[in-house]
Amino acid sequence: MTGVHPGAWAAAAMIAAVVLTSTAGEVLTAAAMKSVGDLDEIRAKSGLKGAIRGVVTCPLFFMGVFFLSLSFFSLLFALNHLSLSLAAPASASLTLITNAIAGKIFLRENVDRRRWISAGLVCVGVYFLAH
Amino acid sequence: MILGLVALGAPLGDSCLSRGMTSMPPISLAHPLSLVSAIFTPWIGAGIVLLIGFFASYLTALSWADLTYVLPATAFGNVIVALFARFWLHESISWQRWAGIVLITVGVGFVTQGPSLTERPVESAEPDEAVEGRVR
Repeated sequence: MTGVHPGAWAAAAMIAAVVLTSTAGEVLTAAAMKSVGDLDEIRAKSGLKGAIRGVVTCPLFFMGVFFLSLSFFSLLFALNHLSLSLAAPASASLTLITNAIAGKIFLRENVDRRRWISAGLVCVGVYFLAH
Repeated sequence: MILGLVALGAPLGDSCLSRGMTSMPPISLAHPLSLVSAIFTPWIGAGIVLLIGFFASYLTALSWADLTYVLPATAFGNVIVALFARFWLHESISWQRWAGIVLITVGVGFVTQGPSLTERPVESAEPDEAVEGRVR
């Protein structure tokens, strides 16, 4: 790898790093918010401070933010080596699919046919839109 | 409404940041403090406020809806940006982008017709409390 023209495997590894860290961050954040509960109800009962306290006292939330930060820096690194028209749509599209898989496995969400089709349509749509 | 804020907040916030950063002189790593002063410029300040609003709305949406429901819906922001570019900035949009807009719109419309949250069985250990919680 020269750093100027990374090979196909290096490009795939960079995009995979963005997708995996982003998926981990999204899943951990979603799990955190499910454990906190409905924020609208908490805010109605305990006010805005209560809702903020509920979020910032959840360790899963900070793990999620940590992985989302890693994803952000992975994307910056990828953009430093790959073209925007490859890195941005590829990572955005693949993240939708990996999140659907991770949501089904780790969050035990009911990812029915409707959601699979929707994720697929949006995935292809994002790819087209970024070109 | 929350999903609308999520869809609008991120692209508008990113656009403000982009506008603010491109209007600034190049920032060198040797002078990182100039990044701090960038925060107080109007466009970047507006971008940060919008992105904070986006994150708060995103967390709120995740507290009552599944991740696999929220994420496709948030992708609608890409469509808003493309339409914004077409009708306000008068940029030309290729047929691939129109196809992308149609696919995302259909995908988002499709997922939002279904349930937003996976139904989970109520714990049988404390049935009275669960019912009471719902009534409240």
